[in-house]
Amino acid sequence: MSKVVLKRLEKRFGEAILSTHDQFGDETAVVTPEVWHEVALFLRDDSRCQMDHFIDLTAVDYLGRRTPRFEVVLHMRSMQKLHRIRVKTPVAMGPDGENPKVDSLVDVWKGANWFEREAWDMFGIEFKGHPDLRRLLMYEEFEGHPLRKDYDANKTQPLVEYREGYEKQAPFGLPEGMPFGRQVHDRWKVHVAGRQTDGKTNILGFEED
Amino acid sequence: MEPLDVELEDGELELPTDPMLLNMGPSHPAMHGTVRIVVELSGETINKADVQIGYLHRGFEKMCERGTWSQVFPYVDRLNYASPMLNNVGFALAVEKMLGVTVPERCQHYRVLLGELARICDHLVCSGAMAMELGAFTPFLYFIKARDIIWDIFEEETGARLTNSFGRVGGMAHEPSPNFKEMVRTSIPAVVDLIKDGENLVLENRIFLDRLEDVGIMSKEDAIALGWSGVVLRSTGANYDARKHHPYMTYDRYDFDVPVGQKGDNYDRFMCRQAEIRQSARIIEQALEMMADEGPVNVEDPRIILPPKEQVYNTIEGTIQHFKIVMEGIKVPAGECYSYTESGNGELGFYMVSDGSGTPWRLRIRPPSFASTAGLEQLITGQMIPDIVPTFGSINMIGGECDH
Repeated sequence: MSKVVLKRLEKRFGEAILSTHDQFGDETAVVTPEVWHEVALFLRDDSRCQMDHFIDLTAVDYLGRRTPRFEVVLHMRSMQKLHRIRVKTPVAMGPDGENPKVDSLVDVWKGANWFEREAWDMFGIEFKGHPDLRRLLMYEEFEGHPLRKDYDANKTQPLVEYREGYEKQAPFGLPEGMPFGRQVHDRWKVHVAGRQTDGKTNILGFEED
Repeated sequence: MEPLDVELEDGELELPTDPMLLNMGPSHPAMHGTVRIVVELSGETINKADVQIGYLHRGFEKMCERGTWSQVFPYVDRLNYASPMLNNVGFALAVEKMLGVTVPERCQHYRVLLGELARICDHLVCSGAMAMELGAFTPFLYFIKARDIIWDIFEEETGARLTNSFGRVGGMAHEPSPNFKEMVRTSIPAVVDLIKDGENLVLENRIFLDRLEDVGIMSKEDAIALGWSGVVLRSTGANYDARKHHPYMTYDRYDFDVPVGQKGDNYDRFMCRQAEIRQSARIIEQALEMMADEGPVNVEDPRIILPPKEQVYNTIEGTIQHFKIVMEGIKVPAGECYSYTESGNGELGFYMVSDGSGTPWRLRIRPPSFASTAGLEQLITGQMIPDIVPTFGSINMIGGECDH
């Protein structure tokens, strides 16, 4: 259905399109971050694409799986032509652990505003040119970006400290048993531990066996 | 607070002309959900509004990365708690898209039936709550009574009234109960009658209409660019319904219309919801006719569907199957996929990344009311404070899905 759009993109941007695929029937183009904004504009304004309906913008953290580590994913559809497309761009952390950066699409689709704020909040991806890049779901005092794979799911940051001497566990405090059952994606720990620590402790400070 | 006995120059006694900041919510009886709106007022007109969400953020996406694919069902129940069944079906369809399986036809009709019943509930709660916030309490009671009739059906079918967790990958948790069709057939006319009674109370009420008509107008182009979908988008005149334009399950075989508004004001949104309830009732009637009384509900694939309990307890194969699915989870092929359905509020999408194991690598939910709530700021800027209440009510922000 949207093969046409992929072809148009490849013809217009050439080398900047890193790859395309249509796995599970979803046409996808991976573009370089440099043309991210340009591609969005082209898709919206081109007479044969007309991707005017903004659907979704999010990010994925591929820690330990891919470099660059993050991928920003954009979904859109056309009201007229009824086709859909997904455009992705890989973005990397800076050399000193700076947040990854990519162009903001707020001037292309208004709806991108909150979606980019959410992606900033959850993944720490900075959208250059965003008019109001604040946290959206978490509170201002929150440190870190919870959907990154190296943010521990057990971690809590209560605004009001837990009461001392009160027998109350923080959420997810104790393991639920059956450790063989859950397949938790802990491979990043091995990955990170091997690279930057002395091998005895991993990034969270747990003793390795 | 300044002490009152300070001696002031004459010029300072005038009324302050600075814009005033007012904080609405997060917990306020007139608010439709837990949300905070900071408004900058000039008199009673809103100059600027800042909508702040996140009070119901529960880390849904992070939680999903820690369990198996099937363990996500209880979480999606709690996304849009006004219509959990639609979320269940939406997620089941998404995983089935990745697995490449299609459920038997009987199950598809069954899913449509339960989904449309849930859609009626969703619209009833929204319209009822909206009327209640405007002071019309009685229609709310009528609508809730109608919803209760539907909930009784859910209770009979699934065992739970609100959070059903009834969907499964590759089918449903149970086949339709023997008197399911009869129950739905007799209930729907009663539900529609109650809705008519409730509507009659407000739709000729001058006060109610004045607060809805020409308030909170959104243009078609803006709504599309904002990523709106569902009722709020259709009220602006844009004709897009995923059931009609990208049919999934058996929606292409039913005869139904898509109600579309003209102006995109609160009244259009309210009326589109009410009209859609009638269309859902139409779909239900047809699906009841088409659904077979006998036949399989689940796909026949031992890698996806749990074996019957007799086999689990009596055969080694059954035990192993059960163990593998429960402990390791269903193995979903590696890759990425976006699947969408028309939920109560609009397009509910799931963007999923699988690494081939039994646990999602990333499960992104695209909540419809997140996009709608993002447009609220534009809707209420330039309006008066009392207009916030019906406008926000007509958006139908559901905290569970909006705040993830």
